[in-house]
Amino acid sequence: MALLDDIEALNKAFSGFGVDETSILSILGNSNHEHKKSLRQGWSKLFCEDEYGFERFDPSHVKNLKLEFKRFRDAVMLSVLHPWERDARLIEKAIKKGPKHYNIIVEIACSRSSEELLGARKAYHSLFDQSMEEDIAAHVKGSERKLLVALVSAYRYEGPKVHDHVAKCEAEILATAVKNGDRKKPIEEEEVIMILATRSKPHLQEVYQHYHKICGKSITEDLEAHGILKDTVECLCTPETYFTRVLDLGLSVDADEESKKAVTRVIVTRKEALVKDVQNKIEGCLKGFYKDFMLGLIARGEK
Amino acid sequence: MGVWTFTSVFSFDMKLSRWGTNEDLIIQILAHRNAEQRKLIRQTYAEAYGEDLLKALDKELSNDFERLILLWTLEPAERDAYLANEATKKWTSSNQVLMEIACTRSANQLLHARQAYHARFKKSLEEDVAHHTTGDFRKLLLPLVSSYRYEGDEVNLTLAKSEAKILHEKISGKAYNDEDLIRILATRSKAQINATLNHYKNEYGNDINKDLKADPKDEFLALLRATVKCLVRPEKYFEKVLRLAINKRGTDEGALTRVVATRAEIDLKIIAEEYQKRSSVPLDHAIGKDTHGDYEKMLLALLGHEA
Repeated sequence: MALLDDIEALNKAFSGFGVDETSILSILGNSNHEHKKSLRQGWSKLFCEDEYGFERFDPSHVKNLKLEFKRFRDAVMLSVLHPWERDARLIEKAIKKGPKHYNIIVEIACSRSSEELLGARKAYHSLFDQSMEEDIAAHVKGSERKLLVALVSAYRYEGPKVHDHVAKCEAEILATAVKNGDRKKPIEEEEVIMILATRSKPHLQEVYQHYHKICGKSITEDLEAHGILKDTVECLCTPETYFTRVLDLGLSVDADEESKKAVTRVIVTRKEALVKDVQNKIEGCLKGFYKDFMLGLIARGEK
Repeated sequence: MGVWTFTSVFSFDMKLSRWGTNEDLIIQILAHRNAEQRKLIRQTYAEAYGEDLLKALDKELSNDFERLILLWTLEPAERDAYLANEATKKWTSSNQVLMEIACTRSANQLLHARQAYHARFKKSLEEDVAHHTTGDFRKLLLPLVSSYRYEGDEVNLTLAKSEAKILHEKISGKAYNDEDLIRILATRSKAQINATLNHYKNEYGNDINKDLKADPKDEFLALLRATVKCLVRPEKYFEKVLRLAINKRGTDEGALTRVVATRAEIDLKIIAEEYQKRSSVPLDHAIGKDTHGDYEKMLLALLGHEA
């Protein structure tokens, strides 16, 4: 029956990641008053009978639907910004939103080049009348503060020169810190922060290799239980691994809103770091203009 | 005098097997050139002779004079990078040069110094500071050299009040290496710090540096006091460095050279006024008395340099 088909089509259009604007337009755009009433009465997923005699829109679904409609808009707004302003605004929001969002600060501070991070710091001055590091230092408490301030303050050397002997010593320092992890958290070890926040990325890659030789495991494996420290280590030298993980999490069936937002952020900001099969994953999960926009960004691959 | 006059100084000597330079000419020419002009001279020399002017001078000039010429001829960013690198290599707990550079330069000047550091030393300034300094000194110095302070005049008075309170608490509790104390000094804008310190004095009666004098022999406290001075009253900091340098038995040429070379285009005249106020002797007299030869001549020429 046409009504059931319509309801099924609308269910599909409204569920998942983004909304299918075209479907919605063709069905609802052509619905008259009577048809809409029938839709509401038959659409048990979204509407229920209210005791006062009308079909009420389920409030939790309203909320979710609004978020899905917003997805395309947010993606466009984010992608239109200059990368410096974009990163500065993302960091400022993350600081205000609290500890669960600190991984965004790590993500930006570690995966950007020295000049990109510097640009974000300059934009921060202009947008918020403060320096990035003072905002972080003032709002972040606990052991994450030292790490985050140090990471955003870095202006890493970008040349290939590496000191093998130093890399070996520093791998040993990290190994010891990890080993003593149950007595003192590695994130509270000044030496650990100093190594991760000041050394160049090529140098850190050497450090990781030595670490693997010493411990038999990769440092990211050993830091699995250590939250943003693990993110730090990953973003610095194997950002593709980090971004793939974030994307997979966001595209999974029971992803929460923050994980879904991360998908937009990662695709808009780091298209070029994404692995090849991400396009297939997106085809299956995303909908509507949001999907087209994300696919377009990836296809173009530039910033 | 044109650039070609200068290169003619050297071309005379290129024909000889023994190098001899005319220091007076060097002083006359370089002392009265601004940074752009000195850069042009260096470039022209390098194009003409295939050698960096500074390397050429390095072979010939005597220590203090040479160092002064070297520092003066370097571009400000390179100069700061050079001084910072030197300071990390021979760092001791009484060395304040790293703090001096980090705190008396503008945010962009410090940034340019960090860029010059990459180019010249193939590493970052902060990794060298992390590697060569220790303990509480490192806790303070690393964030200082990594800062990129906001440079606006906007001040948040409520914040100034609350942070003055934090500073007072920590200082009263002798927690000088406290994270919050360091974070305030290392991240806040200079205008904000100034407001905070004014409030500190109004509310608690003393200048913060008076309260930081608990132990006159403690070098970390000395560094903290110097940090505060550099952030809000750099001319007073430099005046003191000069005064101590000149009064020392003999003269601490290192400090004298550094201050004159780095401040000549910035605020040396103001520093000289402070010096006269404090010592009742004009700076040029004091320098004249304690130094001699070409070194003295160059110092005095820079003192009179119009920026």
